Amino acid sequence: MKARIKVTLKNGVLDPQGKAIEGALGSLGFSGVASVRQGKLFEVELAETDPAKARAALEEMSKKLLANTVIENYAVELDEK
Amino acid sequence: MKSAVVVFPGSNRERDMLRALETITGTRPAAVWHADRDLPDTDLVVLCGGFSYGDYLRTGAIAARGNIMPAIAKAADRGVRVLGVCNGFQILCEAGLLPGVLMRNAGLKFVCKHVDLEVANADTDFTRKYEAGQVWRCPVAHGDGNYFTDPETLKRLEGEGRVGLRYAHGTNPNGSLNDIAGILNERGNVFGLMPHPENMIEPLNGSTDGRALFESVLEAVA
Repeated sequence: MKARIKVTLKNGVLDPQGKAIEGALGSLGFSGVASVRQGKLFEVELAETDPAKARAALEEMSKKLLANTVIENYAVELDEK
Repeated sequence: MKSAVVVFPGSNRERDMLRALETITGTRPAAVWHADRDLPDTDLVVLCGGFSYGDYLRTGAIAARGNIMPAIAKAADRGVRVLGVCNGFQILCEAGLLPGVLMRNAGLKFVCKHVDLEVANADTDFTRKYEAGQVWRCPVAHGDGNYFTDPETLKRLEGEGRVGLRYAHGTNPNGSLNDIAGILNERGNVFGLMPHPENMIEPLNGSTDGRALFESVLEAVA
């Protein structure tokens, strides 16, 4: 099964990289960009075929390693086809 | 005092640390490889600076899940002193042995320079040989030293005297909350800091003010 885990910074956490990207977009002439926040996307392929088990494993992976829940949120998307 | 320095793939300050510990304690420290599952009998475990696993994912994140880490957590539970410097501090936070996280420097630049450190609490196992409020110069060299935690934890750290060191005189190089340079765990036997006291040991370094940090632990375990 294929899955995607999206890790984003929580609201209120300073994102200096996002700010720098926002500034660069402005200097390229893209006007009206109110804000940019940078995150991470993990594409994971699993041998597991049971969606419930796969989802549980992906949750564990996110909590234990892929996201630092002090500053980041994560969202698991499972391709169930 | 017996000490041990943990080496991860990408650690690069272990030699400075081993030398500082041997100079100050008079006993040769053990070097422990991250893949080991046991620590030697020791009074102090040190996680040194560097770029473990190339800072992949988040600084310290992968090292914090290494084979040796459960043994370090167990030793900390028994009251063994644990010191994390720079990448070592990042690893201790990622491992949950210290609260919070070290984020990318607010100015986005790697900073390599001297800062002024103020002793925020001189009543700890890592700062007792300093005077409260004493200011000493110490090098920093990091890209991710911006200490962050939730407001509740920050309040607890401040209220419980668990901020050991702060950047003084507006020298905060990274945007760290409350100018935090180093914090302690609840029990007071785990300390993490971004600056490098192991590089302020010899007169050749320009100052020997870093010695008191190691001498504090030496006195605490005596």
